[in-house]
Amino acid sequence: MWEAIRSQLVTMWTILQHTFTRSETVQYPEEKPYLAPRYRGRIVLTCDPDGEERCVACNLCAVACPVDCIALQQATKEDGRWYPEFFRINFSRCIMCGMCEEACPTNAIQLTPDFEMCEYDRQSMVYEKEHLQIAGTGKYHDYNYYRVAGMAIAGKDKGEAKNEAPPIDVKSLMP
Amino acid sequence: MPKIRIDNQEYEVPEGANLLESCLSAGLDLPYFCWHPAMGSVGACRQCAVVQYQNEEDTRGRIVMGCMTPVTEGAIFSLTGDKASGFRQAVIESLMLNHPHDCAVCAEGGECHLQDMTVMVGHRDRRYRGLKKTHRNQYLGPLVHHEMNRCITCYRCTRYYRDYAGGTDLAAMASHDHVFFGRHDEGTLQSEFAGNLVEVCPTGVFTDKTLVGQYTRKWDLQSAPSVCVGCAVGCNTVPGERYGKVKRVHNRFNAEVNGYFLCDRGRYGSGYVNSDTRLPYPGMRGAEGRFTALNHHDALAEFERLTVGRRVAGIGSPRASVEANFLLRSLVGSDSFAPGVSEQEQPSLQRATALMRSTPARVPSLADIESADAILVLGDDVTHTAPRVALALRQSVRNRAYELAADMKLQPWQDAAIRNLAQEQRSPLVSVTPGSTRLDDVAERTLHLAPGEIAEFAFAVAAALSGGDSAGNPEAAAVAQMLRDARRPLIIAGTSLCEEALLDGAAAVAGALVSREADGTRAPMLSLVVPEANSLGQALLCGDDAPDLATLTARAEAGEIETLIVLENDLYRRGTGEEIDRLLDAVTTVIVLDGMDSATCSRADLVLPAASAIESEGTVVSMEGRAQRYYPVFVPGDERHSSLYWLLCCLKAADHKHFVDINHVDEVIAACASAVPALAGIVDAAPGGSYRSHGVRIPRQPHRYSGRTAMRANISVHEPKQPQDEESPLAYSMEGLNRDEPGSLLPFVWSPGWNSNQSLHKFQDEVGGALSGGTAGARLIEAAGPTTVPEAATPSSIDAATLELIPRPAIFGSDELSARSAGVRDLMPDAYLELSVADAKTLGVEAGDGVVLGGSDTAFEVRIDPSLRRGCVAYAPGLNGCIGLVPRSGVSLSMAPDWKRRDADLIARDGQEGSLS
Repeated sequence: MWEAIRSQLVTMWTILQHTFTRSETVQYPEEKPYLAPRYRGRIVLTCDPDGEERCVACNLCAVACPVDCIALQQATKEDGRWYPEFFRINFSRCIMCGMCEEACPTNAIQLTPDFEMCEYDRQSMVYEKEHLQIAGTGKYHDYNYYRVAGMAIAGKDKGEAKNEAPPIDVKSLMP
Repeated sequence: MPKIRIDNQEYEVPEGANLLESCLSAGLDLPYFCWHPAMGSVGACRQCAVVQYQNEEDTRGRIVMGCMTPVTEGAIFSLTGDKASGFRQAVIESLMLNHPHDCAVCAEGGECHLQDMTVMVGHRDRRYRGLKKTHRNQYLGPLVHHEMNRCITCYRCTRYYRDYAGGTDLAAMASHDHVFFGRHDEGTLQSEFAGNLVEVCPTGVFTDKTLVGQYTRKWDLQSAPSVCVGCAVGCNTVPGERYGKVKRVHNRFNAEVNGYFLCDRGRYGSGYVNSDTRLPYPGMRGAEGRFTALNHHDALAEFERLTVGRRVAGIGSPRASVEANFLLRSLVGSDSFAPGVSEQEQPSLQRATALMRSTPARVPSLADIESADAILVLGDDVTHTAPRVALALRQSVRNRAYELAADMKLQPWQDAAIRNLAQEQRSPLVSVTPGSTRLDDVAERTLHLAPGEIAEFAFAVAAALSGGDSAGNPEAAAVAQMLRDARRPLIIAGTSLCEEALLDGAAAVAGALVSREADGTRAPMLSLVVPEANSLGQALLCGDDAPDLATLTARAEAGEIETLIVLENDLYRRGTGEEIDRLLDAVTTVIVLDGMDSATCSRADLVLPAASAIESEGTVVSMEGRAQRYYPVFVPGDERHSSLYWLLCCLKAADHKHFVDINHVDEVIAACASAVPALAGIVDAAPGGSYRSHGVRIPRQPHRYSGRTAMRANISVHEPKQPQDEESPLAYSMEGLNRDEPGSLLPFVWSPGWNSNQSLHKFQDEVGGALSGGTAGARLIEAAGPTTVPEAATPSSIDAATLELIPRPAIFGSDELSARSAGVRDLMPDAYLELSVADAKTLGVEAGDGVVLGGSDTAFEVRIDPSLRRGCVAYAPGLNGCIGLVPRSGVSLSMAPDWKRRDADLIARDGQEGSLS
């Protein structure tokens, strides 16, 4: 029985000690904690350094998504670029796992350190492209997919991408 | 069967196969590029390298190419050895040196054979630091997109396009590492089978242009087994759907029908399902003549009110399913049910059906056609009437080459060697048509005769075969000799010329070939081309005494018909405008069930929107008498329902005694099979709705179908239950198992590590052989009957003074549905009339001038075909402006007043993208 009483007292003492430690609780929302840039919160679509939308509608984010909350449709612009005609994320399903960002070959889709996405109406958690697209490059400043891809677009002809030789003249007989 | 050892495991492999085929058949993964089961081996890509050991003691072995190595008893190989796998890795690394960083914006990505093989081999990083070579692309027409940078120079495209499909305008150009696959000049690919490049190319050089503007990855497509309704061949297809739109059509393998390839009408002709002219809601014409949209309950009530208890007649359709036609026929009674074909076509169709059922020759499948060693084509230009048959005929003329190869002990897969051996030697093909055809380049001889003369020629051949005197017709005697010398002679004729005597003549030739040789060493075949997907099924359903449109018109004018129900048919394409107007004016109420807006719909009082073949279930009977079932790929949107549903509801409302207890499509099929003995076999076309593979349904969606919780979140964030399929063994979800099912239920091909369509071999017991679950379809017509050889009939003839209007169908345009699809529409010419040189001279017109048909004021552009038989004027039925022309009628032509010649430049520049600079 003494053993039991001792245990109780030790417990109370340990808890009382915490009265004098620094509090981890912050006065959210007046006071906001620091979140690292790589924190996985609200998803955005970014633009490349030239200011064009980065997303090429390749569908890899959608297929990587474990809760299948991304849906989009590809279309082609006049200048030859692929782009999403619509891009929809159902944030009421999203688990912020970041698989879409990992899958993205163009660094278009990125997770941001913003998690404040409370809504009274669940329907408002469905974000369309106009809600997702931002004007900046996000975390990755320099990458421009079309500068490394072989497809020609307006302003970047065949052979002008990184590591590419000028187009072959098929009529030439030179070695 | 020889036994071989691969990596210390013994395998029994088929005799005469090559090692690559044997490995794949045995379930081993050996990467390859240039080899294709339908095109054989050339050993160009060096990817299927394996190590072969001399004997047990040999430890070093030597590298051989799997596709070029015949399997022999006791041979010892290694696939996994370092030497072989290192070699394969080096090959793919060098193939990838110049491959662009394109996968994200490539329409092949996710079903790319190059991706699969790269992963299979284990190549990851590009170590070469040099520049990537690049190419300029070409414009290849509205169907195929070209992206030459992605090429790995496997030569499959030119081998398919030139050697297999007989095209001439795509070739390998330039030399060494400048090799370029394309046309000499930019322009539309001329082959009618160019679309297969999309599936043949192992990477993304040739992709589906109609898909690229609305692209969806393979894993996101919902698909179901379907049957092409573009013509009567009945090719098996897999249409893919996403967001309620048909995105693309791929080939569904059927060893006895289409094999690995489709024609471009079939591949690109399904866009009509997405067309703006689809009818979304039922419409009822009000007093002021305008349509008001109804919901489907009100529409059904109106349908019943206008049908039940009234004097009703029905017009079916050869492009609707057997079941829908059967239900309409049951509703209106067989005496009041017209098959819905033109007056000129109906007798030919009935005759063709009767001949197919009575001929002692075999009515061949496409696989049989490919085995023919002497071919006589009578009347039809099959490239335009039954396109896939033409591709099969291009293979059958190669049987001579295979015979030569067999003499030299060459295996049939030694493609380059056999082509080299045979050069221009081909099995004989004789084409007897009114003008030149697309098969003339492989024909031994061509004769250009008027339809009646073709029939006479056929009877002359039959007479020569029966030992009659043929001195007067040396051509016929020569053809008879050619057929006599063949082991598997094939006679092809068709209904396109609306000449019954021609069909009789073809049957007479086939019959004479059978009766000449009773010992079975010769197996003659008779193939009769009918025009539409279910023409034959319709003829079998209706029998010989069905009323035609003229009969219905007469009865309507006598006041015997109050309500006319038109099923999936635009009557204005089945007769002249006046004839159809007379019929529709004579009845009180016109009800149209159709998927598309049409001239007939605008005359209707009640329009019910019907689901297309891609959104509904039904059976069609192909020209070989094969009943095949198609399944809905997706649930039709808006208020569309299958014709089956609308008609069954009406039959139940009418308390029709046979239909009150029928609630399921299988019961309709069973009722049809028991009511119409000729169609008894349709039950076997595919398993019923209760079939389960391994106890579960067959999924329509691949297991990695994405976006389920977001696809319709814009409409409501609350996800509905997946649609339930009560009718078929397929599921509208990714749940279930796509394995071991019958060929008729194969929704798509995919296998772990094999994302491209090359995964098909995982669904075959033997690579290139039939599907392991069985070949789709059930043949309704098997050659049996007694030898009845038609008597020489008198062909119809017209007054020699006038010109004869000959239908010459066009692959792009003559089919009603595909003509409304984006890619096909771009390739459709404007209406024209073709004249022979002599007739043009008599008329004083030149190519590009305008002529009018006597009695009408529609002007047509003149084309001059030097091969056309004098006295014939050819037109392409179905083209805008050609609708309402009466085939085989006598016409007189005159110069069109105020005809403006089209700018020659505009004609010459072949549909450039963007500007005409």
